Amino acid sequence: MIASDLSAFECVVPATVEEALRQRAETPGLSPIAGGTEVMVLLNEAKLQGRKFQSLHRLAAEWRYVRPALDGGLLVGALATYTDLRHLDHVSKHHPLLVEAARATGALQIQNRATIAGNIVNGSPAADTVPALMVYDARLRLVRSGGERIVPLSEFYTGYRKSVLAPDELLAEIILPPADFISQYYRKVGTRAAQAISKVVLAAARRGPDVRLAWGSVAATTVRTRRTEQAIAGGATADEACEALRAEIKPLDDIRSTGAYRMGVACNLLREFMVGATT
Amino acid sequence: MIHTPIQFSLNGEKRSVAAHPMEPLLDVLRRECGATGTKYGCGEGECGACSVIINGELAMSCMIPACQAADATIETIEGLARDGELHPVQQAFLETGGAQCGICTPGMVLAAVQYIRHPERSPGGAAEALEGNLCRCTGYSAIFRAVELARSRMESA
Repeated sequence: MIASDLSAFECVVPATVEEALRQRAETPGLSPIAGGTEVMVLLNEAKLQGRKFQSLHRLAAEWRYVRPALDGGLLVGALATYTDLRHLDHVSKHHPLLVEAARATGALQIQNRATIAGNIVNGSPAADTVPALMVYDARLRLVRSGGERIVPLSEFYTGYRKSVLAPDELLAEIILPPADFISQYYRKVGTRAAQAISKVVLAAARRGPDVRLAWGSVAATTVRTRRTEQAIAGGATADEACEALRAEIKPLDDIRSTGAYRMGVACNLLREFMVGATT
Repeated sequence: MIHTPIQFSLNGEKRSVAAHPMEPLLDVLRRECGATGTKYGCGEGECGACSVIINGELAMSCMIPACQAADATIETIEGLARDGELHPVQQAFLETGGAQCGICTPGMVLAAVQYIRHPERSPGGAAEALEGNLCRCTGYSAIFRAVELARSRMESA
């Protein structure tokens, strides 16, 4: 049974994107809800203050898609679910880390409802798909009534669960450039294999001097470790790369793990990636 | 509390209910529709006891706000038996001892039904298909035997 007093909550249900953006212009700060897998948990546990929601489910005709872009990249609509992403051959072939990340998230019931865009906007540093998206240099199309802007995912977060998304904006689309890596790696380490929130996530890719490392659960936001990337590109050994990583991230203690354990696991994942990586 | 009318199809029947738009579908099914086969387990999407099939996809009804069920097609455990005959998956759970205390069983059976309908959606097989459904009684092996038994019977039927 739900623990919240629902009288403190309202919900509007726009039928089109245009209507949704108009509502947001008139009432900035409406809380968007898509698959509900984050919001409803908090609501059930009475962890949310009273607010007005905006349910986006009727925008599916406009915003639920995953399709190849003309440049060989990938376009993911705001209402595309994890399941939508998992079973497309062109995604498995060109952006396989997304498929692995989607599969590592929750159970089928969650994957059927949860959206990739929700994972981004929710802003958890433990998000499973955000490291993969960051490795692919994803850009985000943010829309508001009468305008839009494109923001690189690596510049989207400004702090713990904080982002540049304005109260009248919605994340409309995730834009991925073509990916052409020789080696790609994704590993989520949690308490157990299924349905656990991560202690450390590493998504990584390499082609020659182009080395990319994106981490979950080791900082206030998902982060790229660019100095470590440069060290590896410059020929660092695994020991030297771990040294660079230790200088670049300072994981914290929290309910799921300790900073020291996270640092140890992060180095192990980095070594595993480097051992397996062909340049 | 403001309740709004919401219509959906439940096990093939049109239903019109009154619910708060953010109320979990689970509570609406149990209170408004008397569909108490759908169980409350954890309320946070971890246990799968509240699983239903909505618009052809398995989902946890504790995490679906009622407004998102408007005009949906919903299947619950009550819709599986036909003319007094159990669905082959239910029958198999009975025979293998896949059901014990019964709290996880409706969600587990629906997850198994969905797996048999769409095995391609779970490349990791039944273990992946049932990953979101926790059982604290059986140790799972009787459940997996039930899924295999039902699958072989339905394939040869």
